[in-house]
Amino acid sequence: MAADKYETHEYDVVVIGAGGAGLRAAIEASAQGVKTALICKSLLGKAHTVMAEGGIAAALGNVYSEDNWQVHFRDTMRGGKMLNNWRMAQLHAQEAPDRVLELEEWGALFDRTPDGRILQRDFGGHRYARLAHVGDRTGLEMIRTLQQHAVHKGIDVYMECNIQRLLIDGGRICGAFGYWRESGRFVLFKTKAVVVATGGGGKAWKFTSNSWEYTGDGITLATDVGADLIDIEMVQFHPTGMVWPPSVRGILVTEGVRGDGGTLKNSEGKRFMFNYIPDFFKAETADSEKEADAWYEDKKNRRTPDLLPRDEVARAINSEVKAGRGSPHGGVLLDIASRRSPDYIKKRLPSMYHQFKELADVDITKEAMEVGPTCHYFMGGVRVNADTAASTVPGLFAAGEVAAGLHGANRLGGNSLSDLVVFGRRAGLSAAEYAKASAGKLTIDLGQVEEVANTLLAPFNNNGGENPYTIHANLQDCMQNLVGIIRTEKELRQALEEIEKLKQRLKRVSVEGHRQYNPGWHLALDLHSLLSVSEAVTLAAIERKESRGGHTREDYPDPDPKFGKVNIVIRKKNAEWSLAQEPLSEMPDDLKVLFEEKK
Amino acid sequence: MSEQVATVPTTRARGLYQQVATLRKDAWWVEPALTVTMLTTFIVYTTWAALVNVHYFVDPYLSPFYSPCLSTNCAHPTFALFNWPLSPAMLILWAPAGFRLTCYYYRKAYYRSFWLSPPACAVRDGHKVYSGETRFPLLFQNLHRYFFYFATIVVLFLWWDALKAFRFPVPGSHAYTFGMGVGTLVLLANAALLSLYSFSCHSCRHLCGGGLDVLSRSPGRLKLWQKVSRLNENHMLFAWISLIGVMITDLYVRLLSMGYITDLRFF
Amino acid sequence: MAATDVTMRVWRGDAAGGEFKEYRVPAQEGMVVLDVVHTIQATQAPDLAVRWNCKAGKCGSCSAEINGKPRLMCMTRMNTFQPGEPITIAPVKTFPLIKDLVTDVSFNYEKAKAIPPLKLKPKEADGTRRMFQEDVDRVQEFHKCIECFLCQNVCHVIRDHEENKQWFAGPRLFVRLASLEMHPLDIADRSEFIKDHAGLGFCNITKCCTEVCPENIHITDNAIIPLKERVVDEYFDPVMWLLRKLKK
Repeated sequence: MAADKYETHEYDVVVIGAGGAGLRAAIEASAQGVKTALICKSLLGKAHTVMAEGGIAAALGNVYSEDNWQVHFRDTMRGGKMLNNWRMAQLHAQEAPDRVLELEEWGALFDRTPDGRILQRDFGGHRYARLAHVGDRTGLEMIRTLQQHAVHKGIDVYMECNIQRLLIDGGRICGAFGYWRESGRFVLFKTKAVVVATGGGGKAWKFTSNSWEYTGDGITLATDVGADLIDIEMVQFHPTGMVWPPSVRGILVTEGVRGDGGTLKNSEGKRFMFNYIPDFFKAETADSEKEADAWYEDKKNRRTPDLLPRDEVARAINSEVKAGRGSPHGGVLLDIASRRSPDYIKKRLPSMYHQFKELADVDITKEAMEVGPTCHYFMGGVRVNADTAASTVPGLFAAGEVAAGLHGANRLGGNSLSDLVVFGRRAGLSAAEYAKASAGKLTIDLGQVEEVANTLLAPFNNNGGENPYTIHANLQDCMQNLVGIIRTEKELRQALEEIEKLKQRLKRVSVEGHRQYNPGWHLALDLHSLLSVSEAVTLAAIERKESRGGHTREDYPDPDPKFGKVNIVIRKKNAEWSLAQEPLSEMPDDLKVLFEEKK
Repeated sequence: MSEQVATVPTTRARGLYQQVATLRKDAWWVEPALTVTMLTTFIVYTTWAALVNVHYFVDPYLSPFYSPCLSTNCAHPTFALFNWPLSPAMLILWAPAGFRLTCYYYRKAYYRSFWLSPPACAVRDGHKVYSGETRFPLLFQNLHRYFFYFATIVVLFLWWDALKAFRFPVPGSHAYTFGMGVGTLVLLANAALLSLYSFSCHSCRHLCGGGLDVLSRSPGRLKLWQKVSRLNENHMLFAWISLIGVMITDLYVRLLSMGYITDLRFF
Repeated sequence: MAATDVTMRVWRGDAAGGEFKEYRVPAQEGMVVLDVVHTIQATQAPDLAVRWNCKAGKCGSCSAEINGKPRLMCMTRMNTFQPGEPITIAPVKTFPLIKDLVTDVSFNYEKAKAIPPLKLKPKEADGTRRMFQEDVDRVQEFHKCIECFLCQNVCHVIRDHEENKQWFAGPRLFVRLASLEMHPLDIADRSEFIKDHAGLGFCNITKCCTEVCPENIHITDNAIIPLKERVVDEYFDPVMWLLRKLKK
């Protein structure tokens, strides 16, 4: 069989995914002088990073000079219920300010303080106003800045190109294989290193803030070649997604609404968050409306419970709705109209104003928004080395949402954008260094490639089989109902059975038409990943018999100190998952002090 | 499996559905039709009014088409500079006419409605080839700011005329008395509308501060630019109402002068 | 919540040919055009090609021509149409057709590559960058652009005159150029590029770009015309030219 059967490109580093992390990784790898390719499923600049609204967390100390990396580090660890990789949290807190300033150097224009520096805003779980932002479209600013920088640096970009498998030679990465969405033709990348920066897999849930791209590709690419995942059961449900009308259910409502003065109310008009302050956060959370409101002006007051970490707020909303105090369409009310002036709202939250006006006929300067939890973010994912972003497979690196460790059991708002640039850069750097140091010839096993190609084309040969859209919808129902915010062993087991059935049905999936830009076919292929990720999440969720952060078990409602010291590790071998509990790495004493002195 | 690949086209072409001029279903032609009607009416009336060279002054009201009046043969000379045998309107009307002709708003209006380039958004351009404003004579659109300067001078004279419209002749004597009539208000409104139109101009906005990259260092120009920017948002509105206003003003003076109407004096 | 049907005529085909095909799907409250397209995909035409990502008007992927008007499918609510009337959806016209509603928009990416990048002046003495909100405001409007390319699509300069694509960058790129030119710390001079390579003179300010912009960026008034005025400063204003000579 001829090697030139497929369009082939050769690189030192291939970055898969062109959101914030992928772009930053590609920029860094390219700056190190290695031949770099950037591959994305959509057009360049459309990645999910554009949806990030509130801001990028970095202890610049522009608004509160008391802020520094230690405080940010502490907030991140506490928000993550101490399940975080301490080293990642440390690097993240230390390097985020430099990455933000670097974005400014490349053209990003953040909102300004009166003395001309970068303005920072309040967000859930952050002790000080810390989020550099541009109104409520910070992600767009970031991706456009990185995109333009990458374009001017001349990095090769492969748009609408979907990588389906990574290729291995002697246990090392040697290539990536996928197809062009436009033509359906296959394409082969020979490469020494791969950085996956593909985000999470939120599209397995029905109500999600994630776009179609969020099919867990990077997680599956990595597990298919034997990489470890950790804490994959930790799925963040953002407390405030839109709930009405049905067609927009799940679309994100930024935490910035609460950061800028909005408050959550139940159908009785009560600010219910005061009833849900956990002991862990009692000391620093206001217990009266008066103190909560005063906090917006003066940070000497304790912060409003509306801005507790996301897992707490999501669970509280869930409980209110279950208790029959929900809004007409099954959410709660988020009210900023009665608390801030229309001008202020339009200036600070322009795209929220626009989004509600256009999609729900709601004027948020006059009425409250109806909001409810929506599947938002994977804290868990590919297990990486904190300093190098290297996975457990040589030559494979991961950065951004696809990687695990930084956020522990729950991510703080604003920490994901900084995660992207801090660890995107580190992944790009390490991948380039790895590629430079890599010796010996890598050979692509063309038989392996041929086999993958045949698998990918199989849906065309099943006539009158399963409809991929139906399988996807069934999976979303299954994950939404059985692996949602509140979980029980019984339902999780039921989900496993459902997923198994769906896997069988996927084997019979058939698609109509030809290979050119065929969304039915694309979805059929993405389902491989969606099902694989869903299975991993469910298995890990059964394994973690406690409630912590994004993982709440009705049958084990409290955190268990035993589980607080371990990562749930899951890996695939010969198509079989195996689970393990492995201890977290020990935090050095100089960092431990940061937690003790505040008690 | 090669048959699935075979259908991928190798050429890059637009879709065939494009053979129709537009897929729009709404009445997109109303706007250009309205513009043509309005502008034609104005041009015909103005040309006639400027050429007839009579009935443009009734003490103390001077028609804006004849102000400033620079010829010695004026019914009411502003500065009698020299003797111009034809209508004195021709000496000055080129300035406001040029200002409007090169105006960024009117360009949109007539390129769309008269030149059909394009007649409306997503409706096919009426021309086979198109070079925009890159060649003679349209390259001269770039001189808009000079017409702005000259037109502004004319507007200053219109304010002068409006002030003089408070000064009424005492019948049977050479004396004047302070007063106000409907005409006074008409002239004032006209000067005001034309000022709004002139100072909301895009060139004016640029010259006031738009050309600077760092406005914060020039607080005065920043304020000015912000004010003009706010006006500029309504430039189109000012363009139309000042156009109608100036026509009505001339008509008012003309009808007074012809004796068809009489001016109501408030005092 | 009446269970009425909506009728949609969707372009199916590629550059070689095609036709508008009619689909009927049940209406749901709050539906946007993209929801209808998704329903068609899931139930009747699984291979119907369409680009989309965020479904919230933030990524600018789902541009199309709905009843002949360039719009985002995710931001066009079904209740803005007369019930019962068929709605026509065509791919954007200006770019080569790939399949169904998907076109090849690489023109825009190619043009972006040629733009002279940001060049900042040296940092302040204290090592920081200082910019003030009043200077940044103007540029932040341009940064709202979601690159849906509807302005590029509607612009008759290239929509109806394919040959102009060589020397005309289009409204999106003018917005980008304006954002660079007005960046308070940028020191690069792009006047020549704007005039001779981006083809600003081709724009006859007929404002369709502004009309279709889903982000309500005042493309013509705030980006294109100010750029035209800057080009005038540099190339067409004799007094400015003289002043510059004297200053030197």
